[in-house]
Amino acid sequence: MDKTVNQKAWFLVLPVFLVVAFSAVLPLMTVVNYSMQDTFGNNQFFWNGVGWFKELLDPSTDLGGRFLASLGRNLFFSMVILAIEVPLGIVVALSMPREGWTVAACLVILALPLLIPWNVVGTIWQIFGRPDIGLLGYVLNAAGIDYNYVSNDIDAWVTVIVMDVWHWTSLVALLCYAGLKSIPEAYYQAAQIDGASRWAVFKAIQLPKMNRVLLIAVLLRFMDSFMIYTEPFVVTGGGPGNSTTFVSIELVKIALGQFDLGKAAALSLVYNLIILIVCWIFYTVMTNAGAERKPQEGAV
Amino acid sequence: MHSIPGRRLIMGLFLIFLLLPIYWLVNMSFKTNSEIVSTMTLWPHTPTLQHYKRIFTDESWYSGYINSLEYVVLNTIISISVALPAAYAFSRYRFLGDKHLFFWLLSNRMAPAAVYALPFFNLYSAIGLFDTPWAVALAHCIFNVPLAVWILEGFVSGVPREIDETAFLDGYSFPRFFIKILVPLIASGIGVAAFFCFMFSWVELLLARTLTSVSAKPIAAIMTRTVSASGMDWGLLAAAGVLTIIPGALVIWFVRNYIASGFALGRV
Repeated sequence: MDKTVNQKAWFLVLPVFLVVAFSAVLPLMTVVNYSMQDTFGNNQFFWNGVGWFKELLDPSTDLGGRFLASLGRNLFFSMVILAIEVPLGIVVALSMPREGWTVAACLVILALPLLIPWNVVGTIWQIFGRPDIGLLGYVLNAAGIDYNYVSNDIDAWVTVIVMDVWHWTSLVALLCYAGLKSIPEAYYQAAQIDGASRWAVFKAIQLPKMNRVLLIAVLLRFMDSFMIYTEPFVVTGGGPGNSTTFVSIELVKIALGQFDLGKAAALSLVYNLIILIVCWIFYTVMTNAGAERKPQEGAV
Repeated sequence: MHSIPGRRLIMGLFLIFLLLPIYWLVNMSFKTNSEIVSTMTLWPHTPTLQHYKRIFTDESWYSGYINSLEYVVLNTIISISVALPAAYAFSRYRFLGDKHLFFWLLSNRMAPAAVYALPFFNLYSAIGLFDTPWAVALAHCIFNVPLAVWILEGFVSGVPREIDETAFLDGYSFPRFFIKILVPLIASGIGVAAFFCFMFSWVELLLARTLTSVSAKPIAAIMTRTVSASGMDWGLLAAAGVLTIIPGALVIWFVRNYIASGFALGRV
């Protein structure tokens, strides 16, 4: 559908613009300001130009080393999360019951982890995984597996990943389910008449129909795992050592822990820039995918 | 909808995987601390309500729930009311910079809270809103307003244009059309958007904790502090955790029929 050009529409958008500008642009200006300066406490600031940015991108300095290491860990984490959650979410969506009260029950249970405050998610897994009082830790250790997420890097990683799978796979599953529900029954009947196999139905009908929602799922999951903070912070505190310190955790450590405003601000800007670029790529892909489709298929 | 073989088993296993950690939390909240520490029991052998009693009688605990709900509700109201007209504009009109504006909004939904924690602290201290529910409600707008615009735009686009045109021909003014016709038509979409605003504001902690100190402290932050100060009171921690799950569970129950289309953000 073609939209009419109407510059007065700006008045409708103005409230949103003001609210978001107030909470996004103003603070960001402070960040830009800080990123060019150094502070020795007492609110004394010194001009540092692009010094922090140089340091940040140079792995041989302390700041650069820490940033690039946490960035690497974070990207690896996001990739693992996507590799597990997207296929698992599709399988779960395909496993949804067809009708009856079980549909509502499954939906409610699936959505439950999404509405638990993030630090409580951390607390749940902290308790669940402890070898002394947690079911998971206790059972694993009783089975002869030496599992302790506090002292062992690999165990900490496994815990954080399983926790994220527990927390967010439902989002992917619910999105895919919404996509599947929009497929008319006639498509399946046609496939049946053609004698299409289960796999062919999935590849030719279900997957293309889920395309758009899957894109949203990947975007949301990538972004949220790329800025993950609370859950791993509660469970592992970024440890053991620095093994589960992701970018956000590193940033808060520098900003609120050491109060190194200049370094933190420079890190923030680079971090934001990466997110902006990834976001732009997804947005372009998404708008193009939308343009190929029949317009205005919004669901109510 | 055609499903895959073994779907009952897969679904069953996945639901058990989701529920087991939650069960463990509930289980622990009814145990005495000595039972938690000394033995491994699958259900509370000496069930107790002492932890819940403590939370409901101690003001420093239950006020946290009120604070949290206060800013969540405020945020939901602000987000929806500013997002509605914008969603209509994005859905119906083309105007200068519309695509860039939409992308800019979207990019704010993705901005890491950690980046904004410190500048928000400065900003809200400077304008005297620090430690009030308003500070947190406004701060959460940064990710909830774009999300609400995004969801509502999908739903508004599902309403045929002819309806607008007919209404205007019938002599409806714009505000009257908006409230009398459009809002009822996308009521379920508004419900879904409100659900998402509620959800993301309720689960966020980093900003909520940074922007409050005493009088507006959210329950999730009280949990972390009180517990670490008094040693590890696992039972109390578990009980507080269980109580934070309840509002979410209630909200899901009310919107269960819209969850599926809602999670597709109105654009399947």
